[in-house]
Amino acid sequence: MKNAFVALGVGFIFSLGLGISGMTQPQKVVGFLDVFGSWDPSLMFVMIGAIAVHFITYKLIRKRKSPLFSKQWHVPTKKEITPALIVGSFIFGIGWGLGGFCPGPAVTSLASFEMRPFIFVLSMLVGMIIFRQLDKKIKIEK
Amino acid sequence: MHQDWIQAIIGGAIIGISVSLMLLLNGRVTGISGIINGVLSHVKGDTAWRILFIAGLFLGGLVLRFLKPDAFSGALPAENWTVVGAGLLVGFGTILGSGCTSGHGVCGISRMSLRSLTATVVFILAGIVSVAIFRKLGVFP
Repeated sequence: MKNAFVALGVGFIFSLGLGISGMTQPQKVVGFLDVFGSWDPSLMFVMIGAIAVHFITYKLIRKRKSPLFSKQWHVPTKKEITPALIVGSFIFGIGWGLGGFCPGPAVTSLASFEMRPFIFVLSMLVGMIIFRQLDKKIKIEK
Repeated sequence: MHQDWIQAIIGGAIIGISVSLMLLLNGRVTGISGIINGVLSHVKGDTAWRILFIAGLFLGGLVLRFLKPDAFSGALPAENWTVVGAGLLVGFGTILGSGCTSGHGVCGISRMSLRSLTATVVFILAGIVSVAIFRKLGVFP
């Protein structure tokens, strides 16, 4: 129960960060990726700001034995660089450039009640379901 | 410094704080694609927090409409089929690649995961290639 309310709060704060930073504006995202055109590097500072904070807090938080509201950590431990990681990230990047949306900003943009974020999020869910079906047939090592 | 850069760095820091809270309190990585995909798995006892997280993203969006009226401006001047294509690729790619901008780009790099660093370099490079190609093809006028 506590975990669910934490998630609600984190989602809320996270989306404010997305909106303030400019990540919810597809033209800005495309501008950031348009290195060979009219490059707008401002969104680079979103990652820099976020990593600067979390790089420090991660180290401090992981000194604890366990998180406050859970018995253990749920942090990924996988280390192998797999073909799935590379190919999947590449496919994601192509879609990111085409639509100017990654998953978080797309969900936040649903609140604009415009058509496009809805079309994007629905298609994204279909993309996930297609992967899940494929993964059932041929076990893909992620 | 440019106004956009300052907003980007402030927004980024807020994102950094929110993912830190998720780690400190719930012990979890804030990876949006993974959180959404987990809803589709509907594992008992592991769904409610995911749905509330998504609700939080949406509620924040509602507040942004007042806080920053231009937050949702800048739609691409491309046709709707491109949005469908983009969504399919992002959905499929993030699950195959185990993460997106938040999970790999923010959380993963912050804990110095080589896997996440690799993924982030690949999706940014792919994004650059994608924009260059779609510009050439005239998808973005």
